[in-house]
Amino acid sequence: MSSIAVATTINDDDVEFLCQPDETLLDVLRNRLGLMGAKEGCGTGDCGACSVIMDGRLVCACLVLGAEAQGRTIETIEGMATGSELHPLQRKFIEHAALQCGICTPGFLMAAKALLATNPNPTETEIRFWLAGNLCRCTGYDKIIRAVQDAAAEMRGEIS
Amino acid sequence: MSFDAAYQSKVLKSVGTRPLRPDGVDKVTGRARYGADFNMPGQLVARVLRSPHAHAKIKSIDTSRAAAAKGVKAIITAADLPDLTDGNRSLFAILDNCMARSKAMYDGHAVAAVAAIDEKAAKVALQLIEVEYEVLPHVVDVDAAILPDAPVLNDTIFTKGVEPIPKTPSNVANQAEFGHGDVEAGFMQAEVIVERSYKTEQTHQGYIEPHACVASCNTDGTAELWVCTQGHFVYRQTCADLLGLEVSKLRVTSSEIGGGFGGKTHVWAEPVALALSRKAGRPVKLVMSREEVFRASGPTSATSIDVKIGTKKDGTITAAQATLRYTSGPYPDTWAEIGAMTSFACYDLKNVKTVGIEVIVNRPKVAAYRAPSAPMAAFAVESAIDELAHKIGMDAVDFRIKNAAKEGTRASYGPIYGPIGIGPTLEAAKTHPHMSAPLGKNQGRGMACGFWFNFGGQTCTDLNVSADGTVTLAVGTVDVGGSRASLSLIAAEELGIDYQDIKAVIADTSTLGYNDMTDGSRGTFSSSMATISAARNAIEVMRHRAAMMWDIPPEDVYWEDGHAVAAGTKHGNRAPLSVKEIAAAAGNTGGPIAGHSELVADGAGVSFATHICDIQVDPETGSSRILRYTVIQDAGKAVHPAYVEGQYQGGAAQGIGWALNEEYIYGSDGRLQNPGFLDYRIPVCSDLPMIGTQILEIPNPNHPYGVRGVGETSIVPPLAAVANAVSNAIGLRMTHIPISPPRILAALNDAARN
Amino acid sequence: MRYERPETIEAAIALLADAEAKSFVLAGGTDLLVRMQNDTFEADLIVDIKSIEGMDAVTQTDDGFLIGAAVSAAALSENAALVAEWPGVVEAANLIGSTQIQGRCTMVGNLCNASPAADSVPALVAADARVRIAGPDGSREVAILDIPTYPGKTSLTKGEIIVAIVLPKAATRSGDAYLRFTPRTEMDIAVVGVGINLTLDEGGVVAAARIALGAVGPTVSLVEEAAKALIGSKLDQAALDALASACSAASNPIDDKRGTIAFRKQVAGVLARRVAQTAYTRAGGK
Repeated sequence: MSSIAVATTINDDDVEFLCQPDETLLDVLRNRLGLMGAKEGCGTGDCGACSVIMDGRLVCACLVLGAEAQGRTIETIEGMATGSELHPLQRKFIEHAALQCGICTPGFLMAAKALLATNPNPTETEIRFWLAGNLCRCTGYDKIIRAVQDAAAEMRGEIS
Repeated sequence: MSFDAAYQSKVLKSVGTRPLRPDGVDKVTGRARYGADFNMPGQLVARVLRSPHAHAKIKSIDTSRAAAAKGVKAIITAADLPDLTDGNRSLFAILDNCMARSKAMYDGHAVAAVAAIDEKAAKVALQLIEVEYEVLPHVVDVDAAILPDAPVLNDTIFTKGVEPIPKTPSNVANQAEFGHGDVEAGFMQAEVIVERSYKTEQTHQGYIEPHACVASCNTDGTAELWVCTQGHFVYRQTCADLLGLEVSKLRVTSSEIGGGFGGKTHVWAEPVALALSRKAGRPVKLVMSREEVFRASGPTSATSIDVKIGTKKDGTITAAQATLRYTSGPYPDTWAEIGAMTSFACYDLKNVKTVGIEVIVNRPKVAAYRAPSAPMAAFAVESAIDELAHKIGMDAVDFRIKNAAKEGTRASYGPIYGPIGIGPTLEAAKTHPHMSAPLGKNQGRGMACGFWFNFGGQTCTDLNVSADGTVTLAVGTVDVGGSRASLSLIAAEELGIDYQDIKAVIADTSTLGYNDMTDGSRGTFSSSMATISAARNAIEVMRHRAAMMWDIPPEDVYWEDGHAVAAGTKHGNRAPLSVKEIAAAAGNTGGPIAGHSELVADGAGVSFATHICDIQVDPETGSSRILRYTVIQDAGKAVHPAYVEGQYQGGAAQGIGWALNEEYIYGSDGRLQNPGFLDYRIPVCSDLPMIGTQILEIPNPNHPYGVRGVGETSIVPPLAAVANAVSNAIGLRMTHIPISPPRILAALNDAARN
Repeated sequence: MRYERPETIEAAIALLADAEAKSFVLAGGTDLLVRMQNDTFEADLIVDIKSIEGMDAVTQTDDGFLIGAAVSAAALSENAALVAEWPGVVEAANLIGSTQIQGRCTMVGNLCNASPAADSVPALVAADARVRIAGPDGSREVAILDIPTYPGKTSLTKGEIIVAIVLPKAATRSGDAYLRFTPRTEMDIAVVGVGINLTLDEGGVVAAARIALGAVGPTVSLVEEAAKALIGSKLDQAALDALASACSAASNPIDDKRGTIAFRKQVAGVLARRVAQTAYTRAGGK
């Protein structure tokens, strides 16, 4: 099996890597590029811990081949903050105690970011169904929902 | 220095506030390093070969073809591990579970492991290992396993705890009995009796992070282990015991942990990775797949429970008894015993008897799961209590209040209670707006109580005051849900300085004394006690340093609000010295300032909760939906209330999943049918409503701030609360957990036919 | 194993036709990559069709819609004209997996995975959709029902690729809907799935009906008896009862980890009533 050369954009940076044809984007990010923020909770697209945004769409990095990244634009948790300034979602997750163990947090943040990009004022039900592909076993989701609602309000310019 | 742990009522400044957690930024930016996020130079990748059979004799394992494969650096089987067959039975069970020696005891049981240069090479090698099995009859069901015709899984097991000891082996490993009074006489006095059998299926902790570790053994006998665990000191001890290492030469570092809930208190992969590293002479990384996690790590017991409770029509319970059968997997354990102890712990009973029966089956070795064994017992007992209340026409809360345990009650499992929270949580439930909210068609409300022991245990902390007056707090209990924040609050409170000036870290096993693991809801309870003790020791040092700086006798210096203060007027009303000032001078007053503490945190203080659940059932499909859920629990003192609420909500969500949809499903071949998050259905975001919480604070007399553990009790009532809600919604008693749609629909169909 | 990303359909067909052993077409990958995780999975060739022109396009024609094989479920829901005309098909595709899955999964993939529980397939069958197949011997168009033959098996021959789904123009006064039963609200495989497409006459009487069941047999099935139960009715109670009975009777499920035979048969009838009512309302029935 020979490696494939891939040129892609990750968090606004041009990135080139070699990968095996059957290697997932998640393995490329974690093992070849040192971007370990995406977590492998299942490897089968059932937990959302490896969520990244590819060409504007939320996807599980474990269900994308590294080779498919060619020419695409990928956003990961490592690119969410602007320099030392956290994204409102990141800040609100901390403020609302929306994480306990934190393993699902990068995936939730990417999923919530994708949601607010298309729907800046989601209802609780819309948030819950959008985030249904992200499993959290610690929080019961309550504080996660509140953090997303609060961040959305702040991003809409409403005082929170 | 002696440490007075007694509760002292006082106004607290830091404890009870909700500051940002110290590990928050790392965790929202993807920088926090979990088990799989660590690598070592020259590291190999390990994979484990697992039995496809539920029960099989291992006749031979031929690893020669695999060993010759490209990139393969080491292969181990049980033959490469110490033979503990005739040694300590519990250690044998742990090691045999890590790597089957003579028989594979369940689908997924490890039989060999490979370390290779990469994942692919390891995968190829696994296919080349030839294992010859002789498949044996298996049994997975708790009730089937104790039938006379069941295959006996281990012919050296003769039921312990019964007189006389049986002469024939069986799958009943042990039996334990608790209680007091005379239940037969009690039932004679009863006017109404409920007697029912209940069943619960096996569930998994379902932590999102699979087990992961990196092991590195050196030729000089030293070794390092990076691992996601709830207790790195315990893992060190266990791995050393299993592999014959010297304890202090094995350095274990706990990674950030991606959930444990009891499931990361047991070793599985770690001894295997160490053994592979020792054999290969290189570091070895072993990460379990999700399928392996389900097939071969930590499920809880499946149970079958008979309950009988009798009451007078005025609501006085006259007698209560329960027989509880718990599966423990292939090795003897004490899960049924624990279940038997917790069954009736919420109540003040004159006549009570519980019998726990531990059953061996061809399922993975059971691991602790959040208040282990208590939820199933509570499901059975609280279901029966609810039914009794209906039968005598008494409100379900009032019935429980009338019989609730209180200070001075002799618990069904033996001890006399101190001040406890069951009564107050019930009173709070009674007046909670949730209790009186209207219900619609096909909706039902259920409530239930729960109990957990809580645990203290061995604990050690270091508190170091830096030259700028900031403080590092090194603790040895793994932070599973925000304890670095709560322990920093405790240190800030005791020292009288800002929360921001404390930095709490989890020390590795070579830099701090032994700590029991984060289990038994002990993390914040026990480490806060040790932190208070360490802080008081540091204050003692700082008092002496201040005295030296002032050149006055130390006994004339007292500590107040973060400052050393010279007592009285005889020292000329000196301005108090802050921690910063004392720390800055430390180099000239005796060197570094530190406080150390090692203690056994006794008096954890039992914990109680009452939950209320509203559910809607679709009578045409059996589908159900939680509409509203409220948790009321005694925290003793909520150190960081946001994370206390988080524990309440998280436990409730796990319990709801257990109650409604989660279960291990085995095929007739004894193979697990649903080892993945698609078909092992933990609640998703859209399955749940917001989860209301009410924190009660009934101080624990054995903790300086009154703290009790809060981590586990919240999973105890939900099975029963949900079951009672469903039963009230459809008018039928649901006795088999999970109460999945097919079970509800079948019950409705049966009722319609009759 | 090789990964190829051809830019023409001809090149893709040539790759697949020449492949010596196991080869797979990759579009959304949400089933294929799961299979690849398995230790025993073997493949020699994966042909990614997403760079082929037209594969990611939804085209409205005089005859209906042409949906490229690589159009994701999420993209379907963003096409207002398609949502307006075939709401049942779009809602079915958007019940597959999670938001993450919907960003990648395709209806053609859902069809070719050949699971009897595929959510979009009953809706496509109810809509009387067809698929356009390109292969070494030219192109052909077949009904959706002709593709899956058995769980995991399709009627496609070596070198053939489904390039598009052909959805007819929805009839006047017609409406379609899909519902499935799952234990959780999301992230589940259908235990039962029902897709219905109804066409009404001017008086609101059902003139034509197509009713398809999923997850209650080895392949998705079209239930003629159920259609007969509705045709000529205004969805009165008797017609709905007959529909439910016909659907339960037509169900031939198995007991497995997701549901029992009895449960599936019963719920097939229950869902059919509910789906019929939604489809009827969408068709303008009152």
